[in-house]
Amino acid sequence: MISVNNLNKSFGELHILKNISEHISKGEKVVIIGPSGSGKSTFLRCLNLMEIPTSGEIVFDGVDITKANIKEVNLLRRKMGMVFQHFNLFPHLTIKKNITLAPVKLGIMSKEQADKRAMELLEKVGLADKAEQYPTQISGGQKQRIAIARSLAMNPEVMLFDEPTSALDPEMVGEVLNLMKELADDGMTMVVVTHEMGFAREVASRVMFMEDGNILEQGSPEEFFGNPKNPRLKEFLSKVL
Amino acid sequence: MGIINSFKDSFYENFIVDDRWKYLTDGLKNTLLITFLAVIIGIILGFVIAIIRATHDKTGKMKILNFFAKIYLTVIRGTPVVVQLLIIYFVIFGSVNINKIFVAVLAFGLNSAAYVAEIVRSGIMSIDNGQFEAGSSLGLSYRQTMTSIILPQAFKNVLPALANEFIVLLKETSVAGYIAIADLTKGGDTIISQTFNPFLPLIAVACIYLVMVMFLTHLITKLERRLAKNDKR
Repeated sequence: MISVNNLNKSFGELHILKNISEHISKGEKVVIIGPSGSGKSTFLRCLNLMEIPTSGEIVFDGVDITKANIKEVNLLRRKMGMVFQHFNLFPHLTIKKNITLAPVKLGIMSKEQADKRAMELLEKVGLADKAEQYPTQISGGQKQRIAIARSLAMNPEVMLFDEPTSALDPEMVGEVLNLMKELADDGMTMVVVTHEMGFAREVASRVMFMEDGNILEQGSPEEFFGNPKNPRLKEFLSKVL
Repeated sequence: MGIINSFKDSFYENFIVDDRWKYLTDGLKNTLLITFLAVIIGIILGFVIAIIRATHDKTGKMKILNFFAKIYLTVIRGTPVVVQLLIIYFVIFGSVNINKIFVAVLAFGLNSAAYVAEIVRSGIMSIDNGQFEAGSSLGLSYRQTMTSIILPQAFKNVLPALANEFIVLLKETSVAGYIAIADLTKGGDTIISQTFNPFLPLIAVACIYLVMVMFLTHLITKLERRLAKNDKR
């Protein structure tokens, strides 16, 4: 579904991603872990061109999106939902309008269809009673669940999660992770950057360890956590587990 | 009794004789007309310039337009509005017979646009980049993100500053008399030139400006409250 070939990303002198090649298949749940500054968020953000790669190609559904024009990129982004660390809900719109804005603006759904879909999604994330409230009136965990619902409204083929629980109070992490587990069980293709090792162990079909712009090791969660080989991974896991 | 009587006489002399109060009301009409039309030009042109500048700052595009916008802002903000008014009237339209009100609207509108542009640009730049990212991650184009996500929030944030700019504009139109427009200030002047008594006409003119500014401030406060209702926690 997504093929990354020789991906490089530099910010000025800083070489963040070093020649990464990777393939993500449909239905996979890839969890990326690693220390801060390892490039894992940058890698994720390159997948939907939130960051423009310095070189290399990213092939999504058979199209090299690094060579696509902006219109094609916008079309591709519809198929890739993204959930941000800081939710990035639209504070001037109600919860329901947050969800319906893009489908209606892009002419994918009529207002009525979008409203109906929004209510379905709000039921799914358990926040139907908040439909007419504004983002400032709900908790962080609820915000992130709304942000997930907002992405799902576009019926994406893959969901990218950029540290979705890092900005949450500890007692709200669970509700967001549970929703992500549900999504995984529904068969959604997911790429998740996180520090939640429990989630990685339980949900991932593949765990990746990134450091210093390289993917140092990857494998199934059992193998990855049970029998890590790379000394840096061993050291990292000994600190976080 | 002496003071009250002399006030009465003065009032009668300045406002009632020959219907002199009409200098003030006719002047007020012109002041309001010029301000209103100049505000419209200021908002439209100001937003356009702000969007050009912000788009350049954010994406690096629109280099040439941004270059001209910057020159425009530098020149307009670097020279007094009364000089701009005189240049437009005597230099640019010097050889043609043209409606003075139109000239004033143009001058104050072009002037205000420069200030509005910088206010709105700062509003756009103050919106968290995450809002842009959220918009584009959903597949919205830059333009769609701008119009339905960024500008509504930016507008709300800069509303107090914009209101202030329009209050300044209302008062700045008092220099319209330089090109012999009979605005409110000029109306007071005209009365003084007939009665040689500056006290009451000037106080009256000042009071009228003050009441208008207080009314505008009141309106803006109401509007701000309405826009802020979704910010309540």
